[in-house]
Amino acid sequence: MTPEVLATLQAAQAAKRPVALLTRLSDGEQCLWPDKALPGALADAAQAALRDDAAQNVTLDGEAWFVHPHNPPLRMIVVGAVHIAQALVPMSQTVGFAVTVVDPRRAWATADRFPGIALIHEWTDDAMVALAPDSRTAVVTLTHDPKLDDPALDVALKSEAFYIGALGSRRTHAKRIARLAELGHAEAVMGRIHAPVGLNIAAVTAPEIALSILAEVIAARRGAALGAPRAAAPTAAAA
Amino acid sequence: MSDSEDVLATAAGWRAAGETVALATVVETWGSSPRPAGSRLAVSASGKLAGSVSGGCIEGAVADVAKQTMQTGTPQLLDFGISDERAWEVGLACGGKLKVFVEKLS
Repeated sequence: MTPEVLATLQAAQAAKRPVALLTRLSDGEQCLWPDKALPGALADAAQAALRDDAAQNVTLDGEAWFVHPHNPPLRMIVVGAVHIAQALVPMSQTVGFAVTVVDPRRAWATADRFPGIALIHEWTDDAMVALAPDSRTAVVTLTHDPKLDDPALDVALKSEAFYIGALGSRRTHAKRIARLAELGHAEAVMGRIHAPVGLNIAAVTAPEIALSILAEVIAARRGAALGAPRAAAPTAAAA
Repeated sequence: MSDSEDVLATAAGWRAAGETVALATVVETWGSSPRPAGSRLAVSASGKLAGSVSGGCIEGAVADVAKQTMQTGTPQLLDFGISDERAWEVGLACGGKLKVFVEKLS
């Protein structure tokens, strides 16, 4: 890899722009997408790899090329700078999410409690509109306070966020659904909200609950068939 | 994915500090390989390692090739798999097959 390719690739990553690295496997010749000079077949493969977030192998004029997508990190918007958020935020960063915490209550959303994290103190609907969740964004509401959670969920439901989760019991969620319905959300749309939030691992402590939430976010991201039994391991005789 | 980007940043950091560095990238997998295409392992001339291209089965063999590539500057495409005698030597216990591209950071 030449210093020029490395620098361009890193600059795109720093600017959170999607970029694909294409390598000719016979001799290591490399180029990057976007680049107008790229042959159509390689440009198409680069865009497909970025869209699917999966590397591809393509053959052009008898030469094998490896197409390596480098998408900006997935985003997670955490509404509510609460105790569970303090556990969820660093865990999610470890997994690779770019995390933003939204909470207008300045006593909660402090740099002391969330060192180095992007904190937004706007009202939750304004903050969510500005953050503009997309198909690479997860939204988790944790305030447990309808006047903070509901406006955030209202915006999230109108977005393409790949995961929406809301803290609260089944009873709390039933009331929440009734309020969101009054805002005009259809039942099928509200079905996108994971509530009670997180996988059922009988979590008790704040970090355990954070882990259950993060696991559910990843399952949504990867399209896991939750609840499906694992395929039986092959027996020694069969292997 | 973010983990392969971290490896790239680590490798670039070593390079910027004056080290000779090679980068190995999984380009294709078949069967039960633990790391997907795009996974990276960075190797420095002083022996530092970052990232992974398998569950640990072939990292040693890849690092050896990486040291050659650091010297010659010529990229290499490596095949590991159950059909390859070498895979048994290096212990690809998962039963998968994979191709790894090794290049020098010039």
